[in-house]
Amino acid sequence: MEEIPLTLKGTQQGILLKPQSEDWAEILSALEDALRDAEDFFRGGRVILELGTKALTEAHLLAVRALLDQYEMELWAILSEDQETIHLTRSYGIRTRLPGETATHEKPADTPENNALLIQRTFRSGQSMKYPGHIVILGDVNPGAEIIAGGNIIVWGRIRGMVHAGALGDESAIVCALDLAPSQLRIAGHISRAPEERRHSPQPEMASIDQNRIIAQPWTARG
Amino acid sequence: MAGKIITISSGKGGVGKTTATANLGLGLAMLGERVVCIDADIGLRNLDVMLGLENRIVYDIVNYIEGRCRFRQALVRDKHFPELFLLPAAQTRDKNAITIDDMSRVAHEAAEIADYVIIDSPAGIEHGFRFAAKPADLVLIVTNPEVAAVRDADRVIGLLEAEGWAPARLIVNRLKPDMVRRNEMLDPDTVVDLLAIDLIGIVPEDAQILAASNRGRPIVLEDRSDAGQAFRDIARRLRGEDIPFAPLKEPTLFQKIYGSHS
Repeated sequence: MEEIPLTLKGTQQGILLKPQSEDWAEILSALEDALRDAEDFFRGGRVILELGTKALTEAHLLAVRALLDQYEMELWAILSEDQETIHLTRSYGIRTRLPGETATHEKPADTPENNALLIQRTFRSGQSMKYPGHIVILGDVNPGAEIIAGGNIIVWGRIRGMVHAGALGDESAIVCALDLAPSQLRIAGHISRAPEERRHSPQPEMASIDQNRIIAQPWTARG
Repeated sequence: MAGKIITISSGKGGVGKTTATANLGLGLAMLGERVVCIDADIGLRNLDVMLGLENRIVYDIVNYIEGRCRFRQALVRDKHFPELFLLPAAQTRDKNAITIDDMSRVAHEAAEIADYVIIDSPAGIEHGFRFAAKPADLVLIVTNPEVAAVRDADRVIGLLEAEGWAPARLIVNRLKPDMVRRNEMLDPDTVVDLLAIDLIGIVPEDAQILAASNRGRPIVLEDRSDAGQAFRDIARRLRGEDIPFAPLKEPTLFQKIYGSHS
């Protein structure tokens, strides 16, 4: 798999950005893509930039801040082990540590990624739902409806519309339904279309990424 | 008295909203009910033509809203059924000529003098759909057994649910049983299953409907027409009568060639 220049993660404190690349042009363009793709998740949120030992120049700091401004997001904290970067960060009045914590490792149970939203209704054409965590629907997702989740999507009903799991880039996300026949199914950056022919006796199925493509397999009780 | 306000809507155009309005209005009048049909498709007036009342229009709904005439003056009485009235749309104006409040006021005023007020909604999901649907006690969603029409119907039902407006019931129009049997057309069960609202009627495709509309003599007046019977059944169901659904009949070869009631 190709190197990801940037990872994004929802945490209780804000959106955690971790650049994985050394190339800032690449990082910025990955950030811009991510913000644009999932604008509704991000708008108005605050951002924690975690750099590790990487150094940050003033120009790059300003570039990140300008980009976040466009999406009405606040560059709330920059976490770095590099002394010059810490100094630079402070000079812009941006915090260098998260309140009440010395490290950024949050408890898994507290992250929005591990929260689920339960919705008991059918989504009709033109209706949509976006949530950074998991989405569980007791009802159908009709053609023309859109469900977008940062985590998994579980539907106790039929999926006929568009679903996007792992919309923040989580390739381990899954989509399950009693009748999985979406017009389009996306997991992270992968897209698959529904098979052309309709099956006559639907069975519960689970879609996930296997070897870089989306596969569906029977959704059965795991022993 | 306050009659029941029923809006005929669909989302998609061309599925038979105006045909349904004309036939159900007439169907209820045939049962002795006093009915006002309101053509809410301002600028694209059609209902008057289907009812054969085009040449009797003096004032229209916009004239009334703008205070140029009294309510009774704007109503056109049907030539066969004196208990059936049409409140025509304006042809020279557009939908922005009236507000949601205007339409609600007019619909309730009509309900004061009628047992049933039937509003023919414009296609689409914009202002015209909204002002037609808002005052309704019941919305009848007309759809055809085809994917695009069903999807638009689903959109409209979703909007009604989101607004918390009137409950919706479904009319599946233009069904061809022989095509359903060959899997070339959605069958009504699939449509009802997807839309998850109650069915109030299935109207078979009938070439005579077009001829009837052009003549200004709705099909509901034709005793031997299956489509006419379907509309008469829906009219009875609207009054709360328990009318069983007729089994779907395939046209005979003779009917295919000569039309359904030759």
